[in-house]
Amino acid sequence: MDEYEDDEFDGPVKKFMFVNRKAPYGTVYALEGLEVVLIAAAFDQDVSMVFADDGVFQIKKDQETSGINMKNFSPTFRALEGYDVEKVYAEKESLEARGLSEDDLVIPVEVLSSSELAELMDTQEVVITF
Amino acid sequence: MALLHTVNKSPFERNALSDCLRRAKDGSAVLLIEDGVYAALEGTFATDEISSRTGSVNFFALAPDIEARGLGNKPLIDGITLVDYGGFVDLVEEYSSVQSWL
Repeated sequence: MDEYEDDEFDGPVKKFMFVNRKAPYGTVYALEGLEVVLIAAAFDQDVSMVFADDGVFQIKKDQETSGINMKNFSPTFRALEGYDVEKVYAEKESLEARGLSEDDLVIPVEVLSSSELAELMDTQEVVITF
Repeated sequence: MALLHTVNKSPFERNALSDCLRRAKDGSAVLLIEDGVYAALEGTFATDEISSRTGSVNFFALAPDIEARGLGNKPLIDGITLVDYGGFVDLVEEYSSVQSWL
């Protein structure tokens, strides 16, 4: 019985970085990537989430998907905080190339340059790209 | 008779739009659908691809795909006409055939 009473995860904790590089609806990568991030966070892992390249479009404000009969999953990004995922980054160069700024985004992010992102990536134990 | 070209890939990830525009004759039409609608944004690295051809090629973008991606409130390139699904069907009927740049 005892082993079921404590639902805290007490296994190893690793530094995971999830790099989201795909636009939200053209492929299923973005939605699946978000699911994996939430699972990693549920297991109390040290999670960083990065939006780069077309991945920055995942967190664009004002998505309204009723016209294409797909689920708008952008509000789910607001749940990240509740899962203690607080290290959320967007790449500056990716935003600029797409005419976007922080004001266009559905969640607050820390904006990093490519070189800052490279440094941060270097400190991770596991890097998974979607 | 002029062709209707459709492009469904993001111009930031694939070359489908460039590949299409290199072969699109003056008087033809290009309809941006799915992730292709990101090419309709003003002020991006890809904007020139379309803005340099708006005088000779007829550009359209599928509005439900624009709205889904949250682009409805962003400035789009002048000269792109938004169409709904019915408008898509009208274009297919109006042009001689459809070339999909998958």
